[in-house]
Amino acid sequence: MKYADEFRDKAIAQGIARAIGAEVSSQRAYRFMEFCGGHTHAISRYGLEDLLPANVRMIHGPGCPVCVLPASRIDMAIRLVDRPEVTLCVYGDLMRAPGSQGQSLLRAKALGADIRMVYSTLDAIRLVEQAPSREVVFFAIGFETTTPPTAVMIRIAEEKRLKGLSVFCNHVLTPSAMHSILENPKIRDTGGVPIDGFIGPAHVSTIIGTQPYEPLAEQFGKPIVIAGFEPLDVMQAILMLVRQVNEDRYEVENQYSRAVTRGGNRRAKDEVSQIFELREQFEWRGLGLVPNSGLKLKRAYAQFDAETRFAIHDLRVADNPACECCAILRGAKRPVECKLFGTVCTPETPIGSCMVSSEGACAAYWTYGRVRDEPLRRTS
Amino acid sequence: MSVKGYQRKLDVENGRVDLSHGSGGRAMAQLISGLFHQAFGNEWLARCNDQSAFDVTAGRMVMTTDGYVVSPLFFPGGNIGSLAVHGTINDVAMSGARPLYLSASFIIEEGFPFSDLKAIADSMGAAARSAGVYIIAGDTKVVERGKADGLFISTTGIGIVADGLDLSADKARVGDRVLVSGSLGDHGVAIMSKRQNVPFQTEVVSDSVALHNLVAVMVAAGGSAIRVMRDPTRGGLAATLNEIAHQSELGFRLQEASIPVKPAVAATCELLGLDPIHVANEGKLVAIVAPDLADAVLAAMKAHPLGSDAADIGEAVADNRKFVQMATGFGGRRIVDWLWGEQLPRIC
Repeated sequence: MKYADEFRDKAIAQGIARAIGAEVSSQRAYRFMEFCGGHTHAISRYGLEDLLPANVRMIHGPGCPVCVLPASRIDMAIRLVDRPEVTLCVYGDLMRAPGSQGQSLLRAKALGADIRMVYSTLDAIRLVEQAPSREVVFFAIGFETTTPPTAVMIRIAEEKRLKGLSVFCNHVLTPSAMHSILENPKIRDTGGVPIDGFIGPAHVSTIIGTQPYEPLAEQFGKPIVIAGFEPLDVMQAILMLVRQVNEDRYEVENQYSRAVTRGGNRRAKDEVSQIFELREQFEWRGLGLVPNSGLKLKRAYAQFDAETRFAIHDLRVADNPACECCAILRGAKRPVECKLFGTVCTPETPIGSCMVSSEGACAAYWTYGRVRDEPLRRTS
Repeated sequence: MSVKGYQRKLDVENGRVDLSHGSGGRAMAQLISGLFHQAFGNEWLARCNDQSAFDVTAGRMVMTTDGYVVSPLFFPGGNIGSLAVHGTINDVAMSGARPLYLSASFIIEEGFPFSDLKAIADSMGAAARSAGVYIIAGDTKVVERGKADGLFISTTGIGIVADGLDLSADKARVGDRVLVSGSLGDHGVAIMSKRQNVPFQTEVVSDSVALHNLVAVMVAAGGSAIRVMRDPTRGGLAATLNEIAHQSELGFRLQEASIPVKPAVAATCELLGLDPIHVANEGKLVAIVAPDLADAVLAAMKAHPLGSDAADIGEAVADNRKFVQMATGFGGRRIVDWLWGEQLPRIC
């Protein structure tokens, strides 16, 4: 497979692993957070932790859109689709995400709600053109990568005068979340470990570029290496982080130079800034209310904003108190340290959203790494 | 019964199924004789009874049944009709049996075009004939528009097993080899590529095919050293091996690099975030074979046209947790779990 197999070469991986092994200092630990679920997935899928020295530990960050979506937003979506005129379009991952009472969009669909799984925002355009009498609502979710397609959808809807289309906007911003993780005193309160550096997002950075991470590296003194989602990308990024730590540097480095520039994708950024603006704050599962971390539609596009159009109000709901998603998303705990992990919370019956998406830290542990962590479970 | 008995010929080109075709009256009789009997043509159906009688030899028989709801009905490499014949033949064949007879039941949505129904029935007839199997019983029901998605088919198959052969998923033993008959994921990817909301094109065609002739050469080479055979349909190789691991109370250790996957299938799965070992097959089998005869069985598979890409992909290991594990092509290892839910709904 072109442009994929080259980045999964075992011999090169072992070469990088040897370099990491040779360069780490045995006097210290290295704790790196991979922000994105895509990196978590690659680490688990290819068994990368087996290639790392014992004192290099990966902490799985909150970069999985389904995982950080609070239960309240699922509740709001279910309320929305309870209206008989509404057809809700969602990306497949979201169907099983648990609401506050254990309900999900999958269950709402079984009870008769009109919910469609889509692969692209253009599917929503097609639906509204086919059924002009329906209120088609697109459940927009994701980081900076999925925001431009939502913006393009709204632009097309405006051009085509599609009156039946609106967006339930849950788009969030990566740098704000990283800022919150580094600043949040709760990380210390929950026994969280200090983070020595970040593997920065792959796809998100193709849009926003590397520049937005520079203030973070500077302010908090943490190295950040932007990396692709292939296993060799991740291995190389870890080596680059080890070198920065060893040399007391804290720079933004770009491992993913085949796709990411400093300035990012200007066209995509323009599309987004035309249609969206910052929310004052947005609730993240695990991080709570994070200022300036979410997007909403500008007033000029209010007709496309499902929250305005259907007057749905923000809900606040409590998560299951035993669920450690919050600590796991902040890197303060590992999935196996949660009492619910693998007992009542499994991919079949997710309690927390880290178990829902295949990119979630708990799901990745469950699917790919159960065996490795079994001894740890028994002793804890 | 002949078509001549009806006032008007069945308009196969432009006609559509309506509720009268399921009513038990003349319209239904015309549909059955004009379309299904022509497609399946054999001495049993020609007698037009509510059942068919056949002689059996002494020995062990196997029986299986399966429902087909695939969407879309026509896909690269086949359609719901050929799939309904191949799938049930394969379920019979996985016992090591020689398939003999099938029955077929059709639930048709009002408004379904005769031309599509004829194409589907014809390909069922062709699939059965080329497999040397007869469709000797059937049923037709028509439901109102909106109550079925075009057409659903159920087929039942029976076959006869050679003396001394007793394959079962609880018979795998530690040290047994895991063989697959060819590249994985072709069927699921072919179906996926034809879904209207998946805007990409691929040359991948379904692998839907009857496997009993391949099974026959394997049985000839391995006999009872073949402990288990399964066709990894829904849930793919991962689900099949997890089932066998649970039934036989052991684990499996696979080598990712040995698992055959076509580049186009790997690329499509990559794009859609799927794993080929979770994707359905309709013309592949997994065999768990005692180690001493595994090479002989593999050689027999490779010598058969349906097994030319066969591979030894791993072994059964002692594991009271019954995990299927895989050494990744990258030098790490991981668990191969069942899928959590449907990866792709309605693929067969």
